[in-house]
Amino acid sequence: MSLQVLKPGIHSLLQDGGRFGQHRMGVTTGGPLDRTAFRWANLLCENAENSACIEVAVGGLVLQSTVRTTLALTGADIPLKINKQPAALWQNHSIKPGDLIELGFARSGSRAYLAVSGGFQAEPVFNSVATVPREALGGLHADGSPLKSGDIMPCESSDNVTGWHLPVNLRPDYSQNSVLLRVVLGYQQEAFSDAQQQLFFNREYSVTKDSDRMGYRLKGVAMIPSVDGILSEGITLGAIQFPPDGQPILMLQDRQTMGGYPKIGSALSVDIGKLAQLSAGGKVRFESISIEQATLLLAANEKQFSADWLKPIKTSN
Amino acid sequence: MTVKKTISIAGENALIVYFDDKPSAATSAAIASTAKKLTAYLGATLIDLVPSYASLLVIFDSFKTDHHSVRRAIHTALKAADSAPATEKKNSGSLVTLPVYYSKESGPDLQRIAESAGLSTDEVIAIHQQTEYRVYTIGFAPGFAYLGEVDPRIATPRLATPRQQVPRGAVAIADQQTAVYPAQSPGGWNLLGLCPTLMFDLKASPSMPVKVGDRVRFEAIDRATFTVMGGKL
Repeated sequence: MSLQVLKPGIHSLLQDGGRFGQHRMGVTTGGPLDRTAFRWANLLCENAENSACIEVAVGGLVLQSTVRTTLALTGADIPLKINKQPAALWQNHSIKPGDLIELGFARSGSRAYLAVSGGFQAEPVFNSVATVPREALGGLHADGSPLKSGDIMPCESSDNVTGWHLPVNLRPDYSQNSVLLRVVLGYQQEAFSDAQQQLFFNREYSVTKDSDRMGYRLKGVAMIPSVDGILSEGITLGAIQFPPDGQPILMLQDRQTMGGYPKIGSALSVDIGKLAQLSAGGKVRFESISIEQATLLLAANEKQFSADWLKPIKTSN
Repeated sequence: MTVKKTISIAGENALIVYFDDKPSAATSAAIASTAKKLTAYLGATLIDLVPSYASLLVIFDSFKTDHHSVRRAIHTALKAADSAPATEKKNSGSLVTLPVYYSKESGPDLQRIAESAGLSTDEVIAIHQQTEYRVYTIGFAPGFAYLGEVDPRIATPRLATPRQQVPRGAVAIADQQTAVYPAQSPGGWNLLGLCPTLMFDLKASPSMPVKVGDRVRFEAIDRATFTVMGGKL
């Protein structure tokens, strides 16, 4: 029982919550770039937290079902068709054997998450199926390869999932192609003068096309710290590093575990998902917050992820 | 050697401990020891650790603990690591021997390293084996262990143009660091031999023969032994 890949699209990856606790071997985490959309996809399918979904970059994925299941697509605004009929995002759909599931291309946002009941099944590597192509780890074949035509994505047969949707006011809006990243200062922050920090937190940066799952490269006013390079050290999710050209790189889920560029601090994890939805030219601003504020914001954010917010789909729909 | 250790915020759920401003065997041992103690202290609240040349990144579960508690745990771990007897510090970590088939066919840069050092290739091979290296850090790619420090006589800068393909098992030097490539990859280090031991093997447990803080010796083997041990030319 499975969904079969007829077309893999631009770049589609099997992702669960991520691969943790292996940094000491140089192994990164992987996992969904936009955890918010990823979590909703699983909640809509009544799945356990961190069940494996397909992360679809930009679009183009076409699947055919051999199973009775429930499916949900969240994240980037990608037109979805089931058996040639338009189908809504941010709600679940009953799927039966033979159904054709077609994703178009993103009108806003960059990444969508396709979940099925029970999640996709694959052989875990270090307790995770998260696909990291650069490390040749995870994914359907456990070798880091993205989805390709002919792949058979195993999933369980399931029915009786209630029809759910996430109310519009709770859905993220990616149409502005801009984001405010809240930053906890740290690492080599003292190597950046007050004047430089003023500039950094008051100017707008734009997303360049050289942005990927390792990091988002931004362009704007250059930051030149008082230290050139540092001894390579551990890089956390969201770390903002400055190579010698002074242009920031936001480190994402597939980042190398360590590096030697000076860093001003790290962006809040809950904002990073929004960053990863930007396309080239997207606008980024930064705001400095304290670690205490960060902790409160994280706790508040966590509260939104509850199946209680989902609403039953009206039968007239 | 009483460098003041500092703890900085690294992110919403991470602190980084700076041990020194340069790598050394003593620093590496202190980091390994602190990492071990922290793993015990923090238990399930610890998400991951990244020990590096002179720092230790501590990533914790911010829904189960907070940066104040983790900071306290780090202070306790630092104290405990500091008060360990000197002999324990020196001999910390396991001693791992890695076999190497040094030759011109397995080490395409051996001749050039020798020429730039004003030594014979045999001397380069001998000097590379004389040092007991420390695993300073592991990163860049899964299983890539940075070993230091290479004898200054054979230290060689990275290639101006990196190779598109360095084979798995390549034993290499970059400045005063040496490493074994865990997988075929592009790379700019100078190659002096091949090691048949897999540096990253998902089928093995643990998946790496070394960890940060371990000590490593290289031991020359001949072509036949290399092949018997599973090495491929």
